[in-house]
Amino acid sequence: MTVSISIQESDFDLASELVALRSCSSKAGALVSFVGLVRDFSNDGKIENIYLEHYPGMTEKALDKIIHEATARWNLLGARVIHRIGTLRPNDQIVLVATAAQHRGEAFAACEFIIDYLKTAAPFWKKEQTGQGAQWLETRDSDVQRMEHWRSQAEGKAT
Amino acid sequence: MKIELLYFGRPGERLNISRETADVPAGLSTLAALLAWLRLRGEKWEHELTDDRVRCAINQEFSGLAANIKEHDEIAIFSPISGG
Repeated sequence: MTVSISIQESDFDLASELVALRSCSSKAGALVSFVGLVRDFSNDGKIENIYLEHYPGMTEKALDKIIHEATARWNLLGARVIHRIGTLRPNDQIVLVATAAQHRGEAFAACEFIIDYLKTAAPFWKKEQTGQGAQWLETRDSDVQRMEHWRSQAEGKAT
Repeated sequence: MKIELLYFGRPGERLNISRETADVPAGLSTLAALLAWLRLRGEKWEHELTDDRVRCAINQEFSGLAANIKEHDEIAIFSPISGG
């Protein structure tokens, strides 16, 4: 199992990340990736840019824990997470979650689990700058609900 | 009792502080009591650090406001997270 986590200001290249992840195991039959982007709209209007900060030290620990929980649930061969920080503009890439597994079902599920879990448990903060001013975003209820869905699934399995 | 305080997100920006070493009263034993003590610093602090607006971590683990704090803990105070 190969795990790689990066928190960085610089952009990433999806193709080269997938080539690297693919080489983690010749047993891999599936690669799944999710890329999160900066939208150009919000409730307050058109977004000029967003600013992302994080809690150095805790972020890496939290992401490591998230990936290990995914590994405990699914038979993963590799996982790659990149999260960008600093100032980003609409259409920029923010986050990459990529998973490798023997079969697609596990790769798909683990990828979705990791990004859902990241949204509710990794210490990042996003500030949107629009024409109306700047606004710190907060955890969305829909993200919390998605995470609760994964939790209830785990409890269902256990009983 | 000396503790390390870190601030992120909205409270960090609004209070214009990212970290400090605070010397808190010895009897202060929970995160809730720490926040109440910090709110005494003035109107801005009172406004930014209400129990429902902030979240906390003790030694890099998310912790509820009833959690206990002790000397030399690293305590982070922040707005609800919003990554991804």
